[in-house]
Amino acid sequence: MKFAICVFPGSNCDYDVYYVIKDILGQSAEFVHYTQKNLEGYDCVVLPGGFSFGDYLRAGALASKTPLAYAVQDFAQKGGLVLGICNGFQILTELHLLPGALLKNENLRFICKDVYLRVENSQIPFTRKIEKGEVLNIPIAHGEGRYYVPEDLLKQMEDRNQIVLRYCEKDGSITPSSNPNGSIDNIAGVCNKEGNVFGLMPHPERASEDLLGSHDGLLFWHSLIS
Amino acid sequence: MMEMYRLHGLTKEEYERVLEKLGREPNHVELGILGAMWSEHCSYKSSKVFLKMFPTKSEMVVQGPGENAGVIKLDESVWITFKVESHNHPSYIEPFNGAATGVGGIIRDVLSMGARPIALGNSLRFGPLDDPKTKHLVKGVVKGISAYGNSIGVPTVCGETFFEECYITNPLVNAFCLGVLPAGKMYTSRAREPGQVLVLIGSSTGRDGVHGAVMASGEFSQDRESKRSHVQVGDPYFGKKLLEALMEIIEKDLVVGLQDLGAAGLAGASSEVANKSGMGVELYLEQVPLREEGMEPYEILLSESQERMLLITQEEKVKHIENIAKRHHLECAQVGKLTDDGQFRAYFNGNLVAELPVSLIVEEAPVYMRERTEPSYLVELRKFQQEQLPYVDLKEALYNLLSSPNVCSKEWVYSQYDYQVGTNTVLKPGGDAAVLRIKWSARPQIRSERLIAITMEGNSRMVYLNPYEGGKFVVAEACRNLACVGAVPVGITDCLNFGNPERPEIMWQLEQAIKGMAEACQSLGVPVVSGNVSLYNETVDEKTARNIYPTPVVVAVGVVENRKFLDHKFKEDGHLIFLIGDLKRGSKVDGSEFLKRIHGKVLGDVPEVNLEKEKALHGLLLRLINEDLILSAHDVSTGGLMLCLLECLFGTSLGATINLYTDERLDFFLFSENPTRVVVSVKKEDAETFKDMVEAKGIDWVLLGRTTDDGILRIELYDEPVMEEKLEPLEELWKNTLEKALSHTL
Repeated sequence: MKFAICVFPGSNCDYDVYYVIKDILGQSAEFVHYTQKNLEGYDCVVLPGGFSFGDYLRAGALASKTPLAYAVQDFAQKGGLVLGICNGFQILTELHLLPGALLKNENLRFICKDVYLRVENSQIPFTRKIEKGEVLNIPIAHGEGRYYVPEDLLKQMEDRNQIVLRYCEKDGSITPSSNPNGSIDNIAGVCNKEGNVFGLMPHPERASEDLLGSHDGLLFWHSLIS
Repeated sequence: MMEMYRLHGLTKEEYERVLEKLGREPNHVELGILGAMWSEHCSYKSSKVFLKMFPTKSEMVVQGPGENAGVIKLDESVWITFKVESHNHPSYIEPFNGAATGVGGIIRDVLSMGARPIALGNSLRFGPLDDPKTKHLVKGVVKGISAYGNSIGVPTVCGETFFEECYITNPLVNAFCLGVLPAGKMYTSRAREPGQVLVLIGSSTGRDGVHGAVMASGEFSQDRESKRSHVQVGDPYFGKKLLEALMEIIEKDLVVGLQDLGAAGLAGASSEVANKSGMGVELYLEQVPLREEGMEPYEILLSESQERMLLITQEEKVKHIENIAKRHHLECAQVGKLTDDGQFRAYFNGNLVAELPVSLIVEEAPVYMRERTEPSYLVELRKFQQEQLPYVDLKEALYNLLSSPNVCSKEWVYSQYDYQVGTNTVLKPGGDAAVLRIKWSARPQIRSERLIAITMEGNSRMVYLNPYEGGKFVVAEACRNLACVGAVPVGITDCLNFGNPERPEIMWQLEQAIKGMAEACQSLGVPVVSGNVSLYNETVDEKTARNIYPTPVVVAVGVVENRKFLDHKFKEDGHLIFLIGDLKRGSKVDGSEFLKRIHGKVLGDVPEVNLEKEKALHGLLLRLINEDLILSAHDVSTGGLMLCLLECLFGTSLGATINLYTDERLDFFLFSENPTRVVVSVKKEDAETFKDMVEAKGIDWVLLGRTTDDGILRIELYDEPVMEEKLEPLEELWKNTLEKALSHTL
């Protein structure tokens, strides 16, 4: 499988994603510069984490106005697989490829910690190797990760099965104390209606090796490759 | 003119030295350069003579002190480089930017060596948290570090945070950075031959931070709040672009050397380069990309604007460098060249604005052997006799200690730092030391089978009680932390934070502390490869002068072989808990958190470190870890054995039953911070082999008890219960103390 990894000035998880795809999974991966206008020939486009354009103005806002962002839009509209991690998720909401917005964390601080996630939709290409209801241990690291959508839209998203991940306790229960950033309904990851665009705040690339404490993140990559 | 030199931080004698060496009066620009470069901050004039005591060599050391950072061979293909540096004064005046630029600055030091930064650490000290200004400082400093480190994409993996009255107007912010580079590809800030040019790359130059070096070389007085404009402003986004551009420039072999712009700005960086190269330098100041209109040569030379780097290269490569800079949206200009006559000359639109011998700027700052006197406060401290302390209820003392910000969990701090970006962090913050693997995804050849461990350690109370023994204590503890995770120390970088060196008592503290540290380094076989000195951490108010405790901060870096590492947490129910180390001595509470928190005293003398035992203990721990005979190891430090046990239990849902057989006072036994002691857990079936190995190394052991599955800590004395506590409320308190203490800010 051939992955494109989008690189904006300020992206800083680009190499981490590259390492997992290339070294751990043995797939092909290339960096794509933000000035590039074309994503033809790739099977999946990854928008990695970081602080694109310093996250100035609003996280992801400036990156969403670049030639590469428009190419991602095009690629997604043609049904291509697009994965946005952390800052990548923020860019995807700014691009309106995914509904909702990511606001400042409720405690107004950056939060880096391991969290538990419950998989709510195992039907999309990014999660098909995971059981619905399975609990994953994957770290988060963000300052603007509080997912928000208006109630009516949230209802529609639920009906269309667009909620993919929720923050939960170790046993899978959804509680206020397991919600690290104040996201509405404990939402950690969502997909578009078609299921080919997926964004999540946690970092699966940081949980893809036992040496680093968890390999639960591999499930997403394996789902994609299989 | 005679008054001007004072404004530039020079004394009358120093100014006379300038007149004598120069044979004329310096002009305003020249005086600015000399004032900055002869400042304590840049010249180390008070500490230089004593720093020579440190051992700086070993088989693994490639570069010791003297360059932007020290370099050590990790293996055949990878070298590592690291340094710690203070950003104390700016962090009090403007905590967010003061701390952020501290991080930016230390990252550029590592970049100067041609390395990719892969880890950060921070050692922080503040006044007590009941002071509203301190709360503001803590939040600002942590946010500044978080904003810079997270955005630039280098993980902050270790650190320490401590609170004590002496830091109330002199908080300490010491930033550490470690980088990796391909073996044999180290850069220095030297040109190879005259005619090579200087290229300034990065951010544009503004008026921020002019006089930063001078400010950091003076005590704070009542006008301290008005020095805000001396603090630089950091921009991590620019820092990130500069980092990536430099990596590209280095990989394409476009430079012969690099020097970061820090204190004393362009004047400092260019004269350092010329001096190290044994050459002269010419600067064309009108070429410097400026942020503001109408900047004077004086400001251009001394601006401490951040995110700038000076590259030394051949003229024909400048175009290529400019193209790379452009692609990364950076400013870039050829601003000068190296000459063969040893003179520093700065031109502005063709006019010569400064001309000084390079050696005068860099080499001929005075070196002081300042007066040193043993401070009189020590006499009072030594009168302390712990037997006279009233008995306290153990449970009450325990709850009180857990609500001390010095004992509680520092998760509030480190959870604001991205400690995992780069996917190298094997052991995360919260333990004795961070453990990292070495991989550089962009250049797969830079990879090592060895892991590295990093720990930051300072115990200023102990150094205050006895600088010589305290110096030993700090180095020993740092190395012990490494041994607990399974690492052999390979190098140390230190930040020496002290008060006003013009006071003989302070100089005595500095000399004694260095002596103790050097002895411990020598004895434990660890070289000091880089470091920094921060003096004048003093506040003079109307009548009083308050100096900080002598605070050497040690960062020890170690190597883990065969991926054999450990963390501090107990693993399973039914394991035996042992205390090992130097145990046949009385439990002293001198200088402990127990004595401060429960009895309100900082008194006594340092429990001395027996360096031979210390070394043997480290060797033993490595062997035990290598042979899988222990499942956890945790050094006994702040809060004593009691807190050590709790930290081994928190987060595990296990419990423990501890059976003590001691005739000492239990409060002393449980809360003493005697050095050279480690709590380990062992499987029952391994106990005999374990004990044999411990004894063979000449190390003492005592069986403390065993882990249980019920989440309760039981302590028994001669089989009689003395305490039984559920761990959950204790852990809650430990976890939430800092956040609670920081709330209700004005």
